Amino acid sequence: MSQDGVNNSRRLLLLGSTAAVGAVGAGFVAVPFLASWNPSEKAKAAGAPAKVDISKLEPGAMLTAEWRGKPVFIVRRTQEVLGLLDGLTDELKDPANGNKAQQPDYADNLHRSREPELLVLLGVCTHLGCAPKFYAEVKPEPFDANWKGGFFCPCHGSRFDMSGRVFNGSPAGDNLLVPPYSIEGNVLVIGVDEETA
Amino acid sequence: MSKQKSPIMGWIDDRLPVTVTYEKHMSKYYAPKNFNFWYFFGVLSMLMLVNQILTGIWLTMNFTPSADAAFASVEYIMRDVEWGWLLRYMHSTGATFFFIAIYLHMMRAMLYGSYQKPRELIWLFGMGIYLALMAEAFMGYVLPWGQMSYWGAQVIISLFGAIPVIGEDLTTWIRGDFLISGATLNRFFALHVIAVPLVIVALVVLHLLALHEVGSNNPDGIDIKKHKDENGVPLDGVPFHPFYTVHDMVGIVVFLIVFCSVMFFFPMGGGFMLEYANFEPANGLKTPEHIAPVWYFGAFYTILRAIPDKLLGVIAMGAAIAILFVLPWLDKSPVRSIRYKGLISKTLIPVFGVVFMILTWLGTQPSDGYFLGMINNTTLARWLTAFYFGYFLLMPFYTRMEKTKPVPERVTGGH
Repeated sequence: MSQDGVNNSRRLLLLGSTAAVGAVGAGFVAVPFLASWNPSEKAKAAGAPAKVDISKLEPGAMLTAEWRGKPVFIVRRTQEVLGLLDGLTDELKDPANGNKAQQPDYADNLHRSREPELLVLLGVCTHLGCAPKFYAEVKPEPFDANWKGGFFCPCHGSRFDMSGRVFNGSPAGDNLLVPPYSIEGNVLVIGVDEETA
Repeated sequence: MSKQKSPIMGWIDDRLPVTVTYEKHMSKYYAPKNFNFWYFFGVLSMLMLVNQILTGIWLTMNFTPSADAAFASVEYIMRDVEWGWLLRYMHSTGATFFFIAIYLHMMRAMLYGSYQKPRELIWLFGMGIYLALMAEAFMGYVLPWGQMSYWGAQVIISLFGAIPVIGEDLTTWIRGDFLISGATLNRFFALHVIAVPLVIVALVVLHLLALHEVGSNNPDGIDIKKHKDENGVPLDGVPFHPFYTVHDMVGIVVFLIVFCSVMFFFPMGGGFMLEYANFEPANGLKTPEHIAPVWYFGAFYTILRAIPDKLLGVIAMGAAIAILFVLPWLDKSPVRSIRYKGLISKTLIPVFGVVFMILTWLGTQPSDGYFLGMINNTTLARWLTAFYFGYFLLMPFYTRMEKTKPVPERVTGGH
């Protein structure tokens, strides 16, 4: 007991316990506010697979499909283009698909695809999410004098080869993502791994 | 001044400290008499804040915050709402002039050491305002839901994805979806219109309360409270009202003439204030050819781009802003004002101003271009980024080393 009859330690205990209980309460109240920022059930349900007819896709051409609101690049590569892939190893950050999260197992190969010719990539730059542009021709470009064909991101200058692997000196660190897909004859199904024959 | 108080005023003063508050902050707030041109930008920032709040309220009356309708509702404001175009241009031009005023206001503080002891808290509150203002401007730019709104949001929100481990989940949480969508637009609208303005106004109040507690600095950087007359009034001070209120009106009129010239004749500011790509509705499948932030984010965007690594780039950009917060503790100079600092500071402070302007310019330009046809933009950006950090990080050393000039007892100049 202090002189004026105040029990300081008891007062401190009451103060501390009130503050602690109040903080826990505030923490619980914060949950709905913070959780309401998560994707809603509606947003989560919008992930249906996309089906694309690829019968009219010419060799060397690219088609952009939409899957979950994002662009998916579909390219039918020529043998010539596939032949160039092997010689780029030294210029790439991750030539051998070291980051396994960037492609399904069936695309963990040199051409990063199920069928060697058919390239399927999520058109979202792994740097800051812009949609890279397709520069297919092997010719000097303003951004690279020795350009061997691939994708160039206009936002911050990341460069990717014809199988979506990122070149050294790009701000992006990872190869472009290969989404799960399957091929049913002339129809490409994006978002589903297994062929449902 | 000693006229009899009216009975009504007396009745109110017994219940609410109106007269006392008015005297403390206006008629008996003694500001140094030697304020110069640089001292207009505080009040001009406040003018722009009022402009943004007022026009902003009116814009919400016709704006529809949804992914389907936002773009069309902005066009509706521009074409169909009576005087809607003016309200919108006052708001969009106001954003630019708000930042012009804020940047010059900050430059003033750097020139005359207004952040030094005992004004550290004023500087911190001011930096808080600046940070909130950047968030406010960014979210405001997303609302019209044009191509630049969409892809600007995509890039800026993706910056958080660079944070290890939690980055990806954090970006999803901020977006409220797996991509930029209507959910993002709606929450940005709520934050832009309610949450952030409340924070800004609160910080402005704190900024001013802290200022009026210690008193204003001045171009000589000396304390006017050292020399007072028999009534305790600083000899070099003049009452804020009427002296500076009338004085500021001149600045306000000149500023508004420039503001109106831009608003009426160059409302897009040559693509630096409203970008051409934003006159196309948002399209999540196609990135515009050239993505650039609005001019007032240019410097930090340049620093982000200068570093060829995602995480390090984001860290550098964050650090460029964060380092401004600790400025009061980096400057070890015994004097405040550039007038009495040594040769190094005298040279570096203006150079810093120029470097910041070039960094800002580079942020609006493609990274593979050439500055004045001479030097590659990326190379230049890296050098200037190095200068930016060097200027602050070496400040504790050169401000302590250099030989300062003696400071006068009383302010110089003024009327």
